[in-house]
Amino acid sequence: MPEGKLCNKTPINTKEELQALLSDKSGKQYYEEMKHLDVDQEKLWGTIQKTLKSRLKTWLEICAHCGLCSDSCFLYLANNKDPKQVPSYKVQSTLGEIVRRKGKVDNDFMHYVMETAWSKCTCCNRCGMYCPFGIDMGIMISYVRGLCFGQGFVPWEMKIGSGMHRVYRAQMDITTEDWVETCEWMAEEYEEDWPGLEIPVDKQNADIIYTVNAREPKHYPEDLAEAAILFHMAGENWTVPSMGWEETSLAMFAGDWEACKLQVESVYDAMKRLNAKKMVVTECGHAYRATVVEGPYWAGLESGQTPIPSFHYVEWLAEALRTGKIKIDPAKKIKEPVTYQDSCNYIRNAGLGDVAREIMSYIAEDFREMEPNREHNFCCGGGGGFNGIGLYREQRNTGLKVKRDQILKTGAKLVVSPCHNCWDAIRDLEEVYKVGIRWSFLKPLIIEMAIVPEHLKPQEEEA
Amino acid sequence: MYEFVTGPLAWLAFGIFFIGVIVRAVNYIRGLDWKLDRVAYGANPSHGARGAIRSIFFWLVPFGTRSWRFYPGMTVLFFIFHFGLIFTPIFLRAHNMLLAERWGFSLPTISDPVADILTIAVMVAGLFLILRRIALPEVRILTTAYDYLLIAIAIAPFLTGFLAFHHVGDYRFWLITHILAGEIMLIAIPFTKLSHFVLFFCSRAQIGMDYGIKRGGLKGKDLAW
Repeated sequence: MPEGKLCNKTPINTKEELQALLSDKSGKQYYEEMKHLDVDQEKLWGTIQKTLKSRLKTWLEICAHCGLCSDSCFLYLANNKDPKQVPSYKVQSTLGEIVRRKGKVDNDFMHYVMETAWSKCTCCNRCGMYCPFGIDMGIMISYVRGLCFGQGFVPWEMKIGSGMHRVYRAQMDITTEDWVETCEWMAEEYEEDWPGLEIPVDKQNADIIYTVNAREPKHYPEDLAEAAILFHMAGENWTVPSMGWEETSLAMFAGDWEACKLQVESVYDAMKRLNAKKMVVTECGHAYRATVVEGPYWAGLESGQTPIPSFHYVEWLAEALRTGKIKIDPAKKIKEPVTYQDSCNYIRNAGLGDVAREIMSYIAEDFREMEPNREHNFCCGGGGGFNGIGLYREQRNTGLKVKRDQILKTGAKLVVSPCHNCWDAIRDLEEVYKVGIRWSFLKPLIIEMAIVPEHLKPQEEEA
Repeated sequence: MYEFVTGPLAWLAFGIFFIGVIVRAVNYIRGLDWKLDRVAYGANPSHGARGAIRSIFFWLVPFGTRSWRFYPGMTVLFFIFHFGLIFTPIFLRAHNMLLAERWGFSLPTISDPVADILTIAVMVAGLFLILRRIALPEVRILTTAYDYLLIAIAIAPFLTGFLAFHHVGDYRFWLITHILAGEIMLIAIPFTKLSHFVLFFCSRAQIGMDYGIKRGGLKGKDLAW
């Protein structure tokens, strides 16, 4: 059978297709069909010839097989130094082999490639910092994911995720109405405690356009309220767009480059439509990476920059604390030992390590660094889509050991984790290994600690 | 025979080496693509240059990067091997005598005992690089016959040169073999993984630009290699 009904080379573009895929519980039929999926060898080789240029080609060719990348990989460490987890091996045995065979690979081989691309690498890019040639195997595996996607060899959840972006311009099935209603609901819900609290939708010429991760409106709407409270407290002139509010990109994890472009363009359109001065994105790592770091390239912007200056939430918060827009009550600073989870996507891959430390200096009395930290930090264990793929849950859980040990070594029981993927991974880590730690985004911590200006407090009703 | 290998064949070998290396570098640079690589090379030349220079510099310094510090043994082997490999032939007395005789100029030279020490160091380091490939599972899994061939190509001129200089066995034979081995290495550089002679700099510059422009550089944050 060349193409399956659910598992095939065509991306999801309609609600009906999405529904069909979703109703196949855990992708049972999907993976069954994958066993018979044909490899379009001509297309595979054609894509490689068009896109494997200087950088990737040279990386593939000059790799000295020295093995210095091995200890840089948390999955190698977590799997008792299994040589098959050496980053270079993962690249050479997938992309290297496809190139050597000029694309003439079969179904079994593509199964191996898919498993490697999604369960043995989170594209955290740490190995690239340890290779004497600067070979970034995270970039190479991400490229391999693109090849897999083009052939239909992609984990079920990833195919759904990229389909969501194509249909809803969000990683989940949230319509514009759902989103706007959630904003209104949250503003009403918290207005009693915070008089004058608003979540302005589609306001023109605001200073800040705020964008989020679809999980927030879908599963944690209070996060949206917390963002509103902090903007309100800081006196910001801000807005959210009714369309183009989603920053994340499961399409990036899936290797669906076309959907990546569609997704970021929806955000860039909102930036232009509302004419805001700058964009701030919620506490999410890959969202920032996708929309701010990689997005301009998908959208063909030669400057490599988003249409308006864009900032991660930690950048906005550090500035608000630095300039006194938000003041911390010294008595309420975190007293217990606390550590910070450096997200690969905005620390290693966007240089925000100092900003994170600045925030911690304002809010924590006993801040403890993980070892290693900043751009050298290990992936949380759940990045690159790993958290979300049922088929590889066991491999993901094994991978969490490295982060577990890093956290335990600090002696801290509280982990500040301003990234959705890291937050999830640390939550799951506690669930699996029961080490007695807690984890938090920044927003709820800051609201607890902030000094609320008198005029923002609810007025006592006169008796 | 001596006239031939030090004459036309030497010209050919050096010609292939120099032209080959230039072609490799030019092709690399021409093949860079801001959209495919997702790095805005053209829009941010100064940030790119800063990133590129830092990326090359720290990796040329022994223990200059976290990776070099993490593997001290390998770092020592690596630097001895590469230093000896490049430094010895260029400043060798015998090579410069030949240079003076043919072209009427020469470079400063190192004494013969120093050259001997460097030569032995290269061979010993090479031997350890081979043993490392056999002993460590994480390196063994990556290693192919081609990797051993490259080490052989790199060490051969040193071994044969050493034997010739010390007149071990037939001097004439080792001398000719030494020259041929050197020429094989020169010719192999542009066509094999030894092209990292120049592509090391290209690749390091590229990843440096990537970090210098896209991944934090524009935020004014230099990567701690």
